[in-house]
Amino acid sequence: MSSVIQVENLSKQYRLGTVGTGSFSHDFNRAWHRIRGKEDPYLKIGDVNDRTQRGKSDYVWALKDINFEVKQGEVMGIIGRNGAGKSTLLKILSRTTSPSSGSVKIKGRVASLLEVGTGFHPELSGRDNIFLNGAILGMSKQEIKSKFDEIVDFSGVERYIDTPVKRYSSGMYVRLAFGVAAHLEPEILIVDEVLAVGDAEFQKKALGKMKEVSTKEGRTVLFVSHNMGAIRALCQTAIILKNGTTHYIGEVEDGVSNYLRISSENFQGSLLKRTDREGNGKFKFINIDIKNEKGERTNTLFCNESVSFLIQFTREGIDVSRIILSLGLKDQNNELIAFFTSDEMGFYLNEDSNCYQLDIPHLALRAGDYSVWLFASYQTTDPKDFCDVIDSAIMISILPIDFWVSGKMIRARNTAFFNGIYSQL
Amino acid sequence: MSTTQKPPPTWDLIIEPKAALLDLNISELWQYRDLLWLFVKRDFTAQYKQTILGPLWHFIQPIFTTIVFLMVFGKIANIPTDGIEPVLFYMSGISIWNYFSACLTTTSNTFVANAGIFGKVYFPRLVMPLSSVMSNMVKFGIQFILLLVVMAWFGMKQHYFYMGSSWLLIPLLVVMMAGMGLGLGIIISSLTTKYRDFTVLIGFAVQLLMYATPIAYPLSFLKTKSFASWFTWNPLTPIVEAFRYSLFGTGTVDSLGLLYSGGFIVVTLLLGMVFFSKVERTFMDTV
Repeated sequence: MSSVIQVENLSKQYRLGTVGTGSFSHDFNRAWHRIRGKEDPYLKIGDVNDRTQRGKSDYVWALKDINFEVKQGEVMGIIGRNGAGKSTLLKILSRTTSPSSGSVKIKGRVASLLEVGTGFHPELSGRDNIFLNGAILGMSKQEIKSKFDEIVDFSGVERYIDTPVKRYSSGMYVRLAFGVAAHLEPEILIVDEVLAVGDAEFQKKALGKMKEVSTKEGRTVLFVSHNMGAIRALCQTAIILKNGTTHYIGEVEDGVSNYLRISSENFQGSLLKRTDREGNGKFKFINIDIKNEKGERTNTLFCNESVSFLIQFTREGIDVSRIILSLGLKDQNNELIAFFTSDEMGFYLNEDSNCYQLDIPHLALRAGDYSVWLFASYQTTDPKDFCDVIDSAIMISILPIDFWVSGKMIRARNTAFFNGIYSQL
Repeated sequence: MSTTQKPPPTWDLIIEPKAALLDLNISELWQYRDLLWLFVKRDFTAQYKQTILGPLWHFIQPIFTTIVFLMVFGKIANIPTDGIEPVLFYMSGISIWNYFSACLTTTSNTFVANAGIFGKVYFPRLVMPLSSVMSNMVKFGIQFILLLVVMAWFGMKQHYFYMGSSWLLIPLLVVMMAGMGLGLGIIISSLTTKYRDFTVLIGFAVQLLMYATPIAYPLSFLKTKSFASWFTWNPLTPIVEAFRYSLFGTGTVDSLGLLYSGGFIVVTLLLGMVFFSKVERTFMDTV
């Protein structure tokens, strides 16, 4: 297979701060160097792009010396934390901005979906917007015409097709927009997290369409997402960006677990700043920590590992012995798959401590990402008695293992599982 | 000994930091002609959505401006109109001026106004200013038809209607106006992406420029004045004068002046393209 994208020493520098007289003098200096045929003096300086640290220079490298190749028909996932340079890379690949140095060589027609519904005009009808959006994405009028019925069918908005899109529900809007994008026929497709929109059913449809595009039609796809499940389901290879440099390039499974490891390096368990709570405020969760078998703080665990959750809270004028405390695990659709409630377990809080621990001997969850849900209520679990409820208090990632010692890793999925044995009768 | 050499891979697209001075990709622009047309259609249909009068607004604006000019410059200031019926004199000036100022103001805002789309999808950026020049041309066409109707009405009343071979010059003059508006517009739009000072300037500069152009008065009115030569340096002056001359057969037409305007347009367009193609590559970082 020949490579269709070749990225060589790609770097992109940004200047921090506001545009004003300071930047004007730098522009002037830069122009003066260029006139004399010298190199841009500001390209020699610049800090590593770590947004949490205060740097010395006004210039940062959003990307620094990135090198990789993508083969024809390959589906590559681009992963990394916020600010790692994923979007900058996509912007350069889709030509909305130029690199500061290095080059990208591309073979074939590129279409980028950094957003769905780019250029949709609210006053125009769905029909007009299909044509406009299609043309913006690079389709000719003929192409759009021949696909029109398919697009309308895919998005399921036939009844509204002659209504201005400003009257659409946000779901319909996204469906129509994705419908246009899904029917593009480029050789290379660049997709940013557009799948993060729409309901679960539509996400499934969108993911299916992406898979179809890559496997059946042999297109090359670059896919950016924070959803490790989607990355795993779609991609064969992955590239991890960290502070603007490549941290890992290779096979997707290793890439995902590698990413989860680096993302749990400095996770925060504090809940002090959380305002998205439900309840009367007399009882407040302030911290949650997770410890693995070895007693290390982490939020990445192997399947079937023993785990302890440490819960800390504050209270004010409330009888804690009547508090019902619960800790639950939720899947990526925010559905509870397991929860541990204190009163059922015959455990009651007492006045002496604001710190409690829940031990789960074998956390038998399939590989995937889960969120922890914290719940406290007074006497009953009726909504009027809620004291504090926090959704996604912390994220945990479960890595696959060979649970049944069969030589096969357990399959990834957001479910719990149990021990069991098959036998012939 | 035979060595099977792998053919060097041919790339369709190479993205690099630097580009040629004038990086104009006409064939790419041609590929996106459908988009150009759709933008024109969008500008035109979306503008008067949810209005009762709809496209009638295209007529109302020049009619009222003509009435005001008729009062202020005709009746109050008593400025002559080169022997042309005052209503027609003002209306013709207003329609060609409106076209220029609309082209200039919309194209000068290209990068800032379209940052949302430009930041997400690549297409030749020049499609945007070209489409605004074209949709403004449709609006000019409507105003021009109104002008013709009024001309015909006066013609019937006075039993005289001028129509000569000079009419053939009109399309060229309109294209010149478009070129001027586009050229200046893309220069300004390239300058405003980083430093917004020019956005402030353009707001009132266009208004002031109108008074420096023979829209509300004929050039012949200034002949006796000492500062008349200043007005001939305005590259818009010969075009406006020639436009009136082609329509009504009276006034001053200066072929040397037109040549000067033509040269000015070519230079601004070339300069505009150089600026534009340089800025379009990285403007998303600074806009």
